[in-house]
Amino acid sequence: MVRRKKTDAETGVTGAAATAVADEEFQPTEADGDMFGGTPPRKAQQFWPSAKRLFGLLAPEKVKMWLVVALVTVSVVLTVIAPKVLGQAMDVIFNGVIGSQLPEGAPLDQVVEQARSDGRGDFADLLEKAQIVPGQGIDFTELGRLILIVLFLYIIASTLMWAQGFILNALVMRVVFRLRQDIEAKLNRLPLSYFDTRQRGDIMSRVTNDVDNIQQALQQAFSQLVQSVLTIIGIAAMMFIVSWQLALIALISLPLSAIIAGVIGVRSQKLFAAQWKNTGSLNGHIEESFSGLELVRVFGRDREMLAEFHDRNEKLYRASFGAQFVSGIIMPAMMFVSYLSYVLIAVAGGLRVASGQLTLGDATAFIQYSREFSQPVSQLAGMANMLQSGVASAERTFELLDADEETPESPTSTLPGRTNGHVEFEGVTFRYAEDNPLIEDLSFSVEPGQTVAIVGPTGAGKTTLVNLVMRFYELNGGRILLDGIDVTTLSRADLRSQVGMVLQDAWLFEGTIRENIRYGRLDATDDEVTEAANATMVDRFVRQLPDGYDTVIDADGGTISAGERQLITIARAFIAQPSLLILDEATSSVDTRTELLVQHAMAALRTDRTSFVIAHRLSTIRDADTILVMENGRIVEQGNHERLLERRGAYYTLYMTQFRGGESEEHRPEVTASSPVTVSPLDGDRKA
Amino acid sequence: MALLSISLRYAKPYTRFVAAVFVFQLLSTIAALYLPSLNAEIIDRGVARGDTDFIWATGMTMLTVCVVQVVTAVGGVYFGARTAMAVGRDLRRDVYRKVDELSALEIGGFGTATLITRGTNDVQQVQMLVLMTLNFMVSAPIMCVGGIIMALREDVGLSWLVWVSVPVLFIIVSVLVGILLPLFRLMQDRIDGINGVLREQITGIRVIRAFVREPYESERYRTANERLTRVSVRVGNVFVLMFPVIMMVLHLATAAVLWFGGQRVEAGEMQVGSLTAFLQYLLQILTAVMMGVFMVMMIPRAVVCAERIQQVLGTETALTAPRGDARTPTVGRVEFRDVTFGYPGAERPVLENLSFTAEPGKTTAIVGSTGAGKSTLVTLIPRLMDPQSGSITIDDVPVSQLSREQIASVVGLVPQKPYLFSGTVASNLRFGRDDATDPELWEALGVAQGADFVNAKPEGLDTPISQGGTNVSGGQRQRLCIARALVAKPRVYLFDDSFSALDVATDARLRASLGEATGGATVIIVAQRVSTIREADQILVLDARRIVARGTHDELLESSDTYREIVESQLSVEGVA
Repeated sequence: MVRRKKTDAETGVTGAAATAVADEEFQPTEADGDMFGGTPPRKAQQFWPSAKRLFGLLAPEKVKMWLVVALVTVSVVLTVIAPKVLGQAMDVIFNGVIGSQLPEGAPLDQVVEQARSDGRGDFADLLEKAQIVPGQGIDFTELGRLILIVLFLYIIASTLMWAQGFILNALVMRVVFRLRQDIEAKLNRLPLSYFDTRQRGDIMSRVTNDVDNIQQALQQAFSQLVQSVLTIIGIAAMMFIVSWQLALIALISLPLSAIIAGVIGVRSQKLFAAQWKNTGSLNGHIEESFSGLELVRVFGRDREMLAEFHDRNEKLYRASFGAQFVSGIIMPAMMFVSYLSYVLIAVAGGLRVASGQLTLGDATAFIQYSREFSQPVSQLAGMANMLQSGVASAERTFELLDADEETPESPTSTLPGRTNGHVEFEGVTFRYAEDNPLIEDLSFSVEPGQTVAIVGPTGAGKTTLVNLVMRFYELNGGRILLDGIDVTTLSRADLRSQVGMVLQDAWLFEGTIRENIRYGRLDATDDEVTEAANATMVDRFVRQLPDGYDTVIDADGGTISAGERQLITIARAFIAQPSLLILDEATSSVDTRTELLVQHAMAALRTDRTSFVIAHRLSTIRDADTILVMENGRIVEQGNHERLLERRGAYYTLYMTQFRGGESEEHRPEVTASSPVTVSPLDGDRKA
Repeated sequence: MALLSISLRYAKPYTRFVAAVFVFQLLSTIAALYLPSLNAEIIDRGVARGDTDFIWATGMTMLTVCVVQVVTAVGGVYFGARTAMAVGRDLRRDVYRKVDELSALEIGGFGTATLITRGTNDVQQVQMLVLMTLNFMVSAPIMCVGGIIMALREDVGLSWLVWVSVPVLFIIVSVLVGILLPLFRLMQDRIDGINGVLREQITGIRVIRAFVREPYESERYRTANERLTRVSVRVGNVFVLMFPVIMMVLHLATAAVLWFGGQRVEAGEMQVGSLTAFLQYLLQILTAVMMGVFMVMMIPRAVVCAERIQQVLGTETALTAPRGDARTPTVGRVEFRDVTFGYPGAERPVLENLSFTAEPGKTTAIVGSTGAGKSTLVTLIPRLMDPQSGSITIDDVPVSQLSREQIASVVGLVPQKPYLFSGTVASNLRFGRDDATDPELWEALGVAQGADFVNAKPEGLDTPISQGGTNVSGGQRQRLCIARALVAKPRVYLFDDSFSALDVATDARLRASLGEATGGATVIIVAQRVSTIREADQILVLDARRIVARGTHDELLESSDTYREIVESQLSVEGVA
């Protein structure tokens, strides 16, 4: 128990830290954990089907599962028998004590008669029942034999318990290992649209936290469930065997414990939910005020923020006190029940022993049984929680595993080693949602080596178009041909290995600069890496880094600037030597000199390659062989710069507003100091 | 050490509660310890002599003891929970206040992410440890010592069993815990490792697919998965050993008590009841030892957390408190005199001997390449940190003499990274001035070119904004940030590269209307685009820590090579074919 709680909470630490760094990644309040029942009571939508499927994961290990069950069963049986034998040992001692008090050599009948005539009828019964030999002390041979039996029982039971744990542990780990592998494989088969329509944080938590949770449920719930249930049955049975009267008394504690666990448990779950909510609310506030600290200060909001903090902190204090107090009561309350039945059994047992209806050993055995009884009961209660949370996690994971996959591949054609880069769209139609056509009946052709600039306002579908070339999405109609071959007849890998891609968000993985460049072609030599770096202006700044190409790039950047990251992604595409290029020009605020480097690098990359560029730079657009003007997901115009300007259509308007600062070309006044209109990129044109 | 000192310091105000916990735990433990002794009497004086009245009477006593036990235990839990949660609350409060005091420099030294973790998760860990300590660690030693005393009272002759079994159990459990703790850490590393690979796979999915690197990534993942599984199996294997081994020790002890106790009973040195009582005491002692050791497992982690918290609490801010009698500036003339600023430990300062004046009613622009110290310069004006030397004044009053309220009333900031707070558009716009009217908000939105998109939202000004402003686009966020500063109507406007997410046309329109809106105020703009600053009354060119040139656009084109370089780089990027 201690182990899993710990790791949970630690995942929480990393989760919270991750959030603050990349604010879309994680909801920290969800990843947080605390030691006792802090996780939100997440409920499974359909408990039983999901639970069934969860345990179905164990199916390949069926034989071993039964072995585990068998081992647990035997171990529990032995553990349950042991106190009874201990009780017999106790009897041997007790009888020896009584016996030694009696005159040696006197026949038992006589002693019993004597006792009865003294008015100690109960004692007489006791003597008679226990078949005490007057005058004889403790029978150490018998005592030793019983003790050895007990030890033997316990040793075997412990060994079996260990063995089942050992087997189960390896088994569950194997199952979880496979589950993790399945999930990863699934991620590779999911279409990109799956990732587009969901929050990254949500997917992340399904593949990490939820799997951890499943592991925990399988590991603990299974063996403990079997063990607890069997122990309860076994102990109950033994109690009845020893003395059904006492058993009935002891069983009174069962509903009592159940009621206490139920009443307090439900109450404390509610309080934990409240604590949870308040923790989230406070942590949210802390995150917010720390992240926006400069603003809070400059706008003079310190006091309001502090007041809000105090308010939420106080609420959390109250909620968590309630939760901890009520949940803390469960243990003493359960103890009370257990002590209560202990007292009842001590009294009732004492009375029965005194009257000879029960041996002292049985009474002590009984006391031990009643003590061991409450433990599995409360364990079961705790397990219900864990199981519920585990099944809820399983459900979320299964959802991911069941998600629709990319259309399976059935490649009927292959490409030559290197294509010419002749791309043709033939009546291409694409929509994300059935009723929302995005690209309709689009046709155009790109000759090898040509540059296609795609322009249009944000959200026009520019990215979608290039994604179609990559076959990240499947078409709803029409064909895309590469060197005359329908790309759907190719394997995705075959197609994509022809294409190099540089995206706006300069994704690099955690590793050295060299590794990141080599990502474009895994078998590239160090010289080739340097060559690519040289061609794409990466070499210059890498040489200035203390570790050069071995500089490690961490996930949050830090070591290198945004512009430099961009350059590395260009080098990565360069080293791949693709015949087709897809470039997304960055608009982010890279300083101008780095920006210039990026432009040069991109230009170097474009040379002699068919390129699709989501263009923001005028120079790129004007140089392009074809400009596709997109609006609301449609291509409204296509042609080169001059022809489109002449048409005075959408491109003309876009060009004028986007690139000329709202001024029309002909009537542009001379810029003066007082004029609010400022320099546009074209001014440079004039000066140059 | 930090853990102990923090716990003691923060528990101090609740000394009485802690004392109550001790008293209650003591009583409840005594009650729990008394029960086996009463049971022994039932056996020895009741059962063995057939005295049923005695059995009944003692039974009633036991019942009373039970009630006392549960009541005191609940009392202990009550005060334990109150103390621990109060300690957590106070600790959080002090961390929050401390962070509020620190300068931007000191905060940057920690990093916002870790400060958040320290203020939330770390405090929670310490709080849980305090709770566990009060609930269990207090009672465990009492139970242990009390159990030993009671056991000795029953029979001194068997006491050697205590002296043997307690250390044996202690050593076994300690060894197992000692093996587990480093394994836990290792496992956490491996979990972080596999999660890291997955995170990269998800964030970089397009690149991975574009370069057909799925097999490569899968291989990386598989390795991480195998490494994690190996450690998990090892941890599990130690874990499954724990329970059976502990049970073995307990059962061996039981057997030994019966065997050796039996001999003492036979010799008349001990009574049967005492034997059962002794047995129960021994089990209670061993349980307490076990509990204590398990609790110790929590400590290493809480220690780390406490140290991290202590680092924050122990940081003395370099920002000296202002005297508080300075007059509030009304004009907004900002002057830097010989300002030098550097990060502690850095070889070279970020800014060196900077002097300039930003006049009210005029626009001062600052250009320079990344890392030239432009944002640092802006941060110094609202005194988010102090320079090492030199002075920064607003209307000749040093900013270090101004209270936070005064600075807030004079300076308005539009940060480089546009950040909004959870709430609504209106609540964000009113961030700097609570009493702004709706028309004023709309006016500011109009200037900031944000009126259209806010208008397009069905809820208008009441459109909800999520934390950080993630539910609006980057450009919209930036425009709202600008409007927020405008609503506050400060005397000094600081725009820290605030137009980068806007397209050129919007940028132009915004700056056109901005001039009027900022009126006679001082405007300081940091920018990348030459077009953004071309109209400025004064342009400061920052390069390698210093102002290398100043003047208007035209003047600088003539006089400054650096400026020309910057301009030309942009022209060739944006204009030259």
